[in-house]
Amino acid sequence: MITEASTENVIEVENLVTHYGDTQILNGINFSVKRGEIMVIMGGSGSGKSTLLRYLLGLNTPTSGCIKLLGKDITQMSTNEMHDMRKNMGVAFQGGALFGSMTVGENIQLPLCEHTRLDENTMRIMSRMKLEVVNLAGFEDLMPSQLSGGMIKRAALARAIIMDPKLLFFDEPSAGLDPVVAAELDELILRLRDAMNMTIVVVTHELDSAFKIADRITVLDQGDILMCGTVDEVRNSDNERIHNLLNRKPKTEVVDVDAYLQRLTGHGV
Amino acid sequence: MKYPVSQHGRFSVISLTGEVDLSCSPQAREQILKCLKQGKNLLIDLSQVAYIDSSGVASLVEGFQTARKQKLDFALVGVSKAAMQVLSLARLDTVFTIYDSLDDCE
Repeated sequence: MITEASTENVIEVENLVTHYGDTQILNGINFSVKRGEIMVIMGGSGSGKSTLLRYLLGLNTPTSGCIKLLGKDITQMSTNEMHDMRKNMGVAFQGGALFGSMTVGENIQLPLCEHTRLDENTMRIMSRMKLEVVNLAGFEDLMPSQLSGGMIKRAALARAIIMDPKLLFFDEPSAGLDPVVAAELDELILRLRDAMNMTIVVVTHELDSAFKIADRITVLDQGDILMCGTVDEVRNSDNERIHNLLNRKPKTEVVDVDAYLQRLTGHGV
Repeated sequence: MKYPVSQHGRFSVISLTGEVDLSCSPQAREQILKCLKQGKNLLIDLSQVAYIDSSGVASLVEGFQTARKQKLDFALVGVSKAAMQVLSLARLDTVFTIYDSLDDCE
């Protein structure tokens, strides 16, 4: 159902703590996204933004905390419940994650084959419509290996939106693309939100893209949320770390000699 | 979901209402193709559509193509704002014949 200017949170993360092995990645973060909102998650390498995305997608189980999508806590869901939830979710991975043994058209139709019993004609028309939307009309019979980087990203987006998901997750849409193609993808994300009222979460470190598409930006740093605000609020922030991120200034850290030596040698002093 | 068929001049009119999504678009498709099979010129009234997803739009596309093959008239009427946004996403607003209201259809 299309609703404009919704205030309903369709993504809610509370006190999310995650680890990879012994290393804590997210330090108890809180985060929410409203219906129809484009939320950009920004941060430097190692900030935890891709980790946050993986947990939002239900690919990992957190150490503690809760992640509610469309009002339901996915950390408590059974496999079947998560399967149903995924019908409402579209994901465009950074590298495309297209199946190399399938044509572009087959890749895009795959979610429909998995989750629906629609007529074959309907599925074919739907997948071709999505190729039109992402400007890849006529490429359905090509193999992924025959596509350029930008085309793979667009094909991945076509697959992500084939089910008209309520929630769309997009990992690094602009990375590795030339500026024109990157700008086209940004426009497409905005059009999708406007036409389908999708809630969209974009993980990126491309500042131009983030400022163009975001309703709000969440800035992550070393597993914590530095701030969450509108584009103007982030731009005007007086937080030094955010300044460094926006101005591409390398961070200078005071070296803890003991910790550093322990990392190199594996032994404490 | 059943979609009623009415008559307007030389056209049969199918009125789609509410949310036309994966759960009910197969019924819409079936009704559209059934009318075309009976050789009827067809208007699809979208004025009461709150949301239409890609499967619903695909049914309209298939109907339009079938009508063209059979040299029947096929048009959309009173396309709601929500439906128009979805149609325009794939530039289908420039493909379908679209009338503002039934009164415009001759």
